[in-house]
Amino acid sequence: MADVLLQIEGIHKRFGGLHALNSVGLTINKGEIYGLIGPNGAGKTTLFNVLTGLYQPDEGTFTFNGTNLFRAKPHKVVETGIARTFQNIRLFAEMSALENVMVGRHIRTRAGALGAVLRDPRTRAEEQAIREKAWELLDYVGITDVAEERARNLSYGHQRRLEIARALATDPLLLALDEPAAGMNPRETDDLKALMSKIRDGGVTILLIEHDVKLMMDLCDRIAVLDYGKKIAEGVPEVVRKDPKVIEAYLGAAHA
Amino acid sequence: MSMTLDTNKKIGIFLVCAIILAVLPFAVGSVLGNAWVRIIDFALLYVMLALGLNIVVGFAGLLDLGFIAFYAVGAYAYALLSSPHFSIHLPFYITIPLGALFAAFFGVLLGTPVLRLKGDYLAIVTLGFGEIIRIFMNNLNAPVNITNGPQGINLIDPIKVGGVSLGSTIEFAGLSFRSVYLYYYLFLVLTVGVVIMASRLQHSRIGRAWVALREDDIAAAAMGINIRNIKLLAFGLGALSGGVAGGLFSSFQGFVSPESFGLLESIMILAMIVLGGMGHIPGVILGAVMLTIVPEVLRSVIGPLQMNTLGRMVIDPENARMLLFGLALVVMMLVRPEGMWPSKRRKAEFRHAKENAAQKG
Repeated sequence: MADVLLQIEGIHKRFGGLHALNSVGLTINKGEIYGLIGPNGAGKTTLFNVLTGLYQPDEGTFTFNGTNLFRAKPHKVVETGIARTFQNIRLFAEMSALENVMVGRHIRTRAGALGAVLRDPRTRAEEQAIREKAWELLDYVGITDVAEERARNLSYGHQRRLEIARALATDPLLLALDEPAAGMNPRETDDLKALMSKIRDGGVTILLIEHDVKLMMDLCDRIAVLDYGKKIAEGVPEVVRKDPKVIEAYLGAAHA
Repeated sequence: MSMTLDTNKKIGIFLVCAIILAVLPFAVGSVLGNAWVRIIDFALLYVMLALGLNIVVGFAGLLDLGFIAFYAVGAYAYALLSSPHFSIHLPFYITIPLGALFAAFFGVLLGTPVLRLKGDYLAIVTLGFGEIIRIFMNNLNAPVNITNGPQGINLIDPIKVGGVSLGSTIEFAGLSFRSVYLYYYLFLVLTVGVVIMASRLQHSRIGRAWVALREDDIAAAAMGINIRNIKLLAFGLGALSGGVAGGLFSSFQGFVSPESFGLLESIMILAMIVLGGMGHIPGVILGAVMLTIVPEVLRSVIGPLQMNTLGRMVIDPENARMLLFGLALVVMMLVRPEGMWPSKRRKAEFRHAKENAAQKG
């Protein structure tokens, strides 16, 4: 059996009367690209928010790399090694691209207020290292030419890449991408696919939400399907694609 | 080549500023009188206060309407530890830092219950907190007399540096340094200290985290910033500067009472930041200086102006002053909402907000 990186079991999340996640469980292994699909409103983003600490689940278990993260705060989740991007890009709009990535280094650096005021050699060295690492990551995702631009002014594709660079700056073990290809043209999607493969080959496990079924079938090692807050299928793409429950969820009962 | 020129230019500007600031009290004192030197002293205190509040409001984006409370805590800490009230007379290098730490403690104390609040809700709670502190100061004279209630604390020790009291006049190198001059130099040194602190914080890991928090707190949390700690740090460090200014105020005035720490003071300090350019240190300094000096100018101009032109007082100078001040605020917010001297980033934020509004409308 492969090394398990993330394991959740029996996760429930209710919003008033809405049962957004109903006993969801899944296991992500080290080094794979794990896809999460489902019709709109199936609970994919809710699950993402639970996995990144933005929502507190009502019940269940959540372990990541041997650490219990059930109801952990977002910064704790990031520290343990889960980083994310957002469906509707959430960059720090008035900061430069470089500064956005530098914020991502926050959790891996230590300088406090006293260090900032005194500017001691250790703080200066750390600041220098943050800057260099940020440049490196901009280079990694291929957007060094816009490093000094305000994030707001970047093109859509660049903003998506910048969000990935910012997430990578936290040194994640698992990178969770929420619809990174949304709104991209086929060419940009191909570039993104190449970038995701590169990230995975660099040793980072990827959890991916995406509507582009072709992209998911090409890229993912395993896929889970959510519908009405429940996991209805999980497995390798070829099997999931033929699963009658999945076809029913997407196309309606008549096609099953 | 251009680099060296720039550096030379910077050194030149720095030297000119240093010389102007060094001779300022003498120039102002001889031309306008010592009352104006006193006003400049107050301007420096307000610069410190505004820079402190700017950490909370400008950097971290947390609207605080009760900032004067930390000024009050610093002022009372100094007053209680250096006056005949308790017959304690500690030196300033103990009382000022102690007052600052005490204020910072109160900053964190206020910050803790309001961690989940944003915007208007946060403003209301901080407003209440400011009032609570003032009312405490007003009423802590019974059953045990701690603050002496509404009478305030009198005969507070002036600051003594190396055995020399800043409350007296010193003759040095043929010049006579009055108390307001001496305090000017002390305030100037500490103001420069606060400016350096604020600007270094702004351009640091902590400062970046504050901007991230201000721009998008959810993304900031998702990037691993501990929202609780970074907010409390902003409240604490902001209050720290307020506490220092409070201690200085106490020794400078020789008297404190709850009256000095009303809601209007909090609003004035916030107005300094907003008018000057929120989050931009030079702008905030400009705002604080303007809002201290201009009302004083109006005070000395409005009365005589009416007497000379109309021959009688039509509008009470105090009322006219507030009227003009209010009008200036309204005009300013309509014409230049980003402030007199905004940072480039803020300017862009306002421009985009305007564009978005235009698109929707």
